[in-house]
Amino acid sequence: MISFSGVVKRYPGGQEGLKGVSFTIEPGEFAFVAGHSGAGKSTLLKLIPAIERPSSGAILVNGQNVGALKRTALPYLRRNLGLVFQDQKLLYDRSVYDNVMLPLAFSELGGREAARRARAALEKVGLLAREKANPIQLSGGEQQRLAIARAVVNRPTVLIADEPTANLDAESAATILEIFAAFNRVGVTVLVATHDEALIGRFAKRVLRLAKGSLVE
Amino acid sequence: MKTWLRQHRQAIAAAFGKLAAQKSAALLNALVIGIALSLPAGGYALLSSLRNVTQGASLEPQLSVFLRGETRRPEADALGTRLKGDARVSDVRFVSREQALKELQATEGLAEVVAALNRNPLPDAFVVRPKVADAAVLEALAKELRAMPGVTHVQVDSAWARRLGALAGTARLAIALLAALLAFGLVAITFNTIRLQILTQRAEIEISKLIGATDAFIRRPFFYLGALQGLAGGLVALAILRASLAALNVGVSELAASYGSAFRLAFLEPGDALAVVLFSATLGWFGAFLSVSKYLLEIEPK
Repeated sequence: MISFSGVVKRYPGGQEGLKGVSFTIEPGEFAFVAGHSGAGKSTLLKLIPAIERPSSGAILVNGQNVGALKRTALPYLRRNLGLVFQDQKLLYDRSVYDNVMLPLAFSELGGREAARRARAALEKVGLLAREKANPIQLSGGEQQRLAIARAVVNRPTVLIADEPTANLDAESAATILEIFAAFNRVGVTVLVATHDEALIGRFAKRVLRLAKGSLVE
Repeated sequence: MKTWLRQHRQAIAAAFGKLAAQKSAALLNALVIGIALSLPAGGYALLSSLRNVTQGASLEPQLSVFLRGETRRPEADALGTRLKGDARVSDVRFVSREQALKELQATEGLAEVVAALNRNPLPDAFVVRPKVADAAVLEALAKELRAMPGVTHVQVDSAWARRLGALAGTARLAIALLAALLAFGLVAITFNTIRLQILTQRAEIEISKLIGATDAFIRRPFFYLGALQGLAGGLVALAILRASLAALNVGVSELAASYGSAFRLAFLEPGDALAVVLFSATLGWFGAFLSVSKYLLEIEPK
């Protein structure tokens, strides 16, 4: 479960990214975070894995008060969250397979099980045949699918994506959203930030609409 | 435990991978560290060799009192009794001219010279060990002994050894200071290398933090890299030292042979050589620790 209660995020200089936002996402729910550029979508998503810290208010993720977590506790919070970014944040000095293996390097899994898990994740996003390729050789949609494979390889309970379809054509964007929906069907909580209203319209899911840092819907 | 060991194995493999990926830079670093370390290590080896020489000589102050050739045994005995009765003297040993010749014959390279002599040129002598080592007291005692009947010459035997000992002490201190200074240099070299490595891997570190890597997991390969770099530098230092001693020993052994000595500059004892390598690896690790502590915290996902 993800719960925001009166969350305010104020940046140095006084600018407010979020102004007293409150909502709850139940386990296994799929929700969109919608709004124009600058509405506060990215800020909201960054608060969940504590990439940003709230100025006030409380954020609960799987029962943990994220705002109060010590720096040393953050890795363990983030291992239960699958994060997908607009710019994918892939490593281009290693293969597709090695990118997916990265989160497994610090898991409890042995080498054989980790390899099996990485290939299973690549298969789910349709990239198993490209496991030896360098990410630079992949299309934008494929790179985003690779980022999803890396995000889900540790079997997180929550999948968070910030504008995952921003640079993709409509077909690739729909494919990415279908992948998220598939993970949601097996119980993963999914939270996707997007400004693409057409895409939101294709999926009958809950929408958290932000405008100028406030929740309006 | 199994996971922890696996992660350490991975970190070591990653550190070797980084060294292999930047062979020439790694080689140059090892060379710089090796040259820096070879200086104090060489000084230490030189001192150890000299210590072996000086250990044969007594550093306790003693005076050799040589008697005139015509001095008879009763006169010598009387002098001996008088010396033993002196409150400033702790021990007196008589060395007859025959015994002195025997000792000279036993000295390496001098047997043939002694055999060629048609008479014993050495005098009877007393070896006097004073109770105190104070230079002024020794000098006063030597002056009095010189004035005694039957005495031809008095020599303060341990002066040279004490001077050499004092010189060696100073040299040891100088080498320790040099080693400390160069150790600081080694730490600075590793610090900078690891800093550059962290900057090169900024994206990887940022992503690793995003997906749940702990600081310890991220730090580990850098620690191993620093230690490996130090280790390589230590090995290079030993190689430089061995090669330098081998070259120097060509001249040193020739010079020593001309004095009838088999003296050679010795390489470090195995324990000392191991200490040099471990010391170097530890300094490398420490440099990495300082660098990682400073720069890793600055990299946070955005």
